[in-house]
Amino acid sequence: MTDEPKPAPFDEAEYRRRQRSRANMMAWMLGALAILFFFITIAKIQIFA
Amino acid sequence: MAQSLTHGETALPADWRDLFALTKPRVMSLVVFTALCGLLAAPVSVPPVLAFSSILAIALGAGASGALNQWYEAGLDAKMKRTAGRPLPAGRLDPQTALQFGIGLAAFSLFLMLFASNWQATLLLAVSILFYVFIYTMWLKPRTPQNIVIGGAAGAFPPLIGWVAATGSVAPLPVMLFLLIFLWTPPHFWALALFVRSDYAAAGIPMMPVVAGEKSTRRQILFYALIMAAAAIAPWPLGYTGALYGWTATIQSVLFVALSVQVGTRTTGEGDLMQPEKRLFAYSIAYLFILFGAVVADHWWTI
Repeated sequence: MTDEPKPAPFDEAEYRRRQRSRANMMAWMLGALAILFFFITIAKIQIFA
Repeated sequence: MAQSLTHGETALPADWRDLFALTKPRVMSLVVFTALCGLLAAPVSVPPVLAFSSILAIALGAGASGALNQWYEAGLDAKMKRTAGRPLPAGRLDPQTALQFGIGLAAFSLFLMLFASNWQATLLLAVSILFYVFIYTMWLKPRTPQNIVIGGAAGAFPPLIGWVAATGSVAPLPVMLFLLIFLWTPPHFWALALFVRSDYAAAGIPMMPVVAGEKSTRRQILFYALIMAAAAIAPWPLGYTGALYGWTATIQSVLFVALSVQVGTRTTGEGDLMQPEKRLFAYSIAYLFILFGAVVADHWWTI
């Protein structure tokens, strides 16, 4: 059979772009959470002090 | 997750925008607002960072519920015009990633709530996520036209959780706010279901207009609007809120009932544009925002 659909060619540039975009997003979120957890801890210390 | 680059058929990593879309951000905005109002109306002051973290936990819990809902309903979503473009039915995201994202987000939201507030609020948040996913999405929605009546409880939790996050206990006012959203949900969703009825019928979801017909749905919209209006005004005569909330709730509820009367008493033919139904649906969203805003305003400025 010759009319079988061919799999889409692998787009390495798109693969790398998505990987980079997700890695950046994850880095920002982890950084924000670290700061948030620091301030939560400070607030809790003040409550229980 | 992404496979090795050396494989013949390599799945692309999910785009973060598709993961974000999985959390139903528009629904989340109402959840965040009502939860914030529940927290701000509480008679205690909470350090801003703890208040922010509690609201963030509620938002993430709602996002997790939305993601798990979309994971479970991907097949149904593909059959409806309104939802066919979502990341899973459109094929932009694989189900395994969506499931892992939903469970991970749910677990993190509970951890954050426990860390920032108290176990009572964490327990309520866990119940609301489990209720939405297991009771509403998996059990009620595909089985009964009463799905959104009972399932509406899941969306009613946020102000209660916000209040409990601030105080550590339940009180009559947040229970009344819970009741308000619970009774608001049927007219809100059935107004939508009336103008996207063919979508629900195509997907085989037993929404009220599909199962009981338009006439019965319209009557029930009016019925629920009336008891919702009573529940919305009740905190004022019962002494849990002041006149600012009382008058706002009265005026807005009269308007809500007037729009519901319009929807409840009309009959439509082929090709009807369903303008009154669309108007009621749009107004119902504004109604909830205004009333919850009034609860906070009333708490801050008594007239």
